[in-house]
Amino acid sequence: MELILSIAIGTLTASGVWLLLRPRTFQVIIGLSLLSYAVNLFIFGMGRLRMDAAPILEGAGSDPANYADPVPQALVLTAIVIGFAMTALFLVVLLAARGLTGTDHVDGRER
Amino acid sequence: MIDFIIEHAVVWPVAVPITAAALAAMFWLRQDIQRLVSMVGLVLMLGASLLLLVTVMQDGVQARQFGSWAAPFGISFAADLLSAAMVMITGVLAVAVGVFGLADIRKREEHSGFHPLFLGMLTSVNGAFLTGDIFNLYVWFEIMLITAMGLLVLGKTRAQLDGTLKYAVLNLFSTLLFLLAVAILYGATGSLNMADLSRILATTEPSAALTLSAALFLAGFGIKAGYFPLFFWLPASYHTASITISAIFAGLLTKVGVYACFRVFTLMFEIEGSGLREAMVVIAAGTMLFGVFGAAVQWDVRRILSFHIVSQIGYMLLGLAIATPLAIAGAVFYIVHHIIVKANLFLVAGAIYRATGTYDLRKSGGLMRTNPLLAALFLIPAISLAGLPPLSGFWAKFLVIDASFQGGENWLAAVALFVGVLTLYSMSKIWIEAFWKAPPGVRQTARPVPVLMLLPIAALGAITVTIGLSPEPFIQYAQAAAETLVNPEAYIVAVLGESAGPGVEIAFDPATASPIIIEESVQ
Amino acid sequence: MSSIIFSAMARLFFWAMLAVSIFILYRGHDEPGGGFVGGLVAACSVAILALADGVPSARGMIRVHPVILVGIGLVLAIVSGLPGLVLDASFLTHQWLEFPNGFKLGTTMIFDLGVYLVVFGGFLSLVFRLYEEVS
Repeated sequence: MELILSIAIGTLTASGVWLLLRPRTFQVIIGLSLLSYAVNLFIFGMGRLRMDAAPILEGAGSDPANYADPVPQALVLTAIVIGFAMTALFLVVLLAARGLTGTDHVDGRER
Repeated sequence: MIDFIIEHAVVWPVAVPITAAALAAMFWLRQDIQRLVSMVGLVLMLGASLLLLVTVMQDGVQARQFGSWAAPFGISFAADLLSAAMVMITGVLAVAVGVFGLADIRKREEHSGFHPLFLGMLTSVNGAFLTGDIFNLYVWFEIMLITAMGLLVLGKTRAQLDGTLKYAVLNLFSTLLFLLAVAILYGATGSLNMADLSRILATTEPSAALTLSAALFLAGFGIKAGYFPLFFWLPASYHTASITISAIFAGLLTKVGVYACFRVFTLMFEIEGSGLREAMVVIAAGTMLFGVFGAAVQWDVRRILSFHIVSQIGYMLLGLAIATPLAIAGAVFYIVHHIIVKANLFLVAGAIYRATGTYDLRKSGGLMRTNPLLAALFLIPAISLAGLPPLSGFWAKFLVIDASFQGGENWLAAVALFVGVLTLYSMSKIWIEAFWKAPPGVRQTARPVPVLMLLPIAALGAITVTIGLSPEPFIQYAQAAAETLVNPEAYIVAVLGESAGPGVEIAFDPATASPIIIEESVQ
Repeated sequence: MSSIIFSAMARLFFWAMLAVSIFILYRGHDEPGGGFVGGLVAACSVAILALADGVPSARGMIRVHPVILVGIGLVLAIVSGLPGLVLDASFLTHQWLEFPNGFKLGTTMIFDLGVYLVVFGGFLSLVFRLYEEVS
């Protein structure tokens, strides 16, 4: 489980950084999305990995050892929502830039 | 009623602008109502920040919990002297820039949602200054980024879209670094409340994870604040926005990054002994030098000023890197002085544009003769920025440089002095080109500058002169603020309550990988 | 895109998804669900309409400008926190009314409705801009 998660984070980060350094705006935005997925997975890892455990306590007196840490889940949820809004807004800006400059190069012109 | 308002003083500087932003959005099709809501909201926000400042000065650190969640678990808001000063200066600047905007913002930009976005941005700036929760700080940073992006593309010109692209990519990247740092910190300590983290980290052994987290915080905030070598997005984007927006960006946005650095590296991480100090010193020197060199070769007023933001940020980081109470006091004073002066210079640039029709210094001129009042109003912030006595910039530079001599960093003091000279060069360049020399070409008649533009410039100038002529109370305030930063006991007690002992603690059992609640007796 | 089949089905989808979104919103005050998901589903319902009949017709369908919905939603969310501020001295502490038959109603409902409107309006204005930019 740990190994799979680490490989996933590593692959996402590597692909994200590579795409971020590409000259096309679409590649850049996908690169940023992949990086944010990597960070989200990483936050999950920071809550310690648990399988088949709910994050919500059921009433008082239940043993917390049976539950997963809820905080990273809340953090990831928030980060996903914000990332989603950011990506959507960014996409609008990129499309407008492409409409105005006629190219999807990050410098606004072909070299 | 009054008691109720004072009791929640720390909530209003965020609650007022967000309500105003919501109301402005509700009246999307009625620009006149939006303008009214915006102005009333800004004035109320100024009142709220004044109330907070007075309350903090009288009763010490203010803290509030949201949703009745006890301190380390829920979201806390807390204001010490530094936060209160930042919120106060935000209030002042917001009103000044808002009034300037009445004359400068075009109908089309108002139609694209200037007012809700502007108020939303102020909400997030105040939220970032007041929050006591590191993850909540990330949320405010993102809201700030979203609203700032909206403000940058308001005019929908090609240059603006280009600038926004660079701004958004680098700032998004920086918030990802910030988020990563928060995640590592949570993994190492199990807490997100900054006061709680301060308590936990004080007794935690240094580890690679914590060092990595601190370095990521520095890099993440560094991109936001425009530290060397990560400042390139700033001069590439700030000048593209409408000048009202540039002014508020120049005054506030990078300073939120600087503030976050101050909060994290005084409350949570020790600068001494972790190798951070050496890195910070080099970054500070690089920021000062490269910013001022960049400005020297520019001819667009806005670009010169943008590069000077970078160079001035270096002085603030210098204070943090030396980390003696004197140096931090100097840096706090510097931040307050810089926000006022820098925003004012951008407003003057807007007035120059209104008078001459260009931002290019080579094409403008003759303003000394046609508009002597504007010339006088330019001189105040310009001389202050360069650090000549008797204005606020002199005291700010004096405190920081004095502290670096006392801290044994003589070469840094020399760099700071050298950068001061080059700043003077840039300011005299603007002075000579825009005001002194005869205007080139045939266009001789300078257009009049509306009173609504001159009024905020004069008001900010008056504040600069006041700080310059009677610096004593401001320096005392900065020293008190530095004192609470260096010894955060009061902050921690205010957030976590009197029984700030171990209290309830959550730890992780490595064997079962699940949280265990360790209940400890509360004295 | 003009297709009679798609256009006719889009209307069906619009009403069905809107109903589902309100159900999700209602469920959310005490069970999984809530304003954010509900708002997204509602925005998708209008997005389908915009895809089938064009953005102007979809704008006409919801009558108000999406940003106004964001404003109303934000105001509702802030208002929902006020009872807590007054009664419990803590902003956003949600207050509950419990009826004898076990039915619960709280200020979270108002907060969720606010979130629903904010997400609905915000996402919709982005979607409209995207569609207009592409065409």
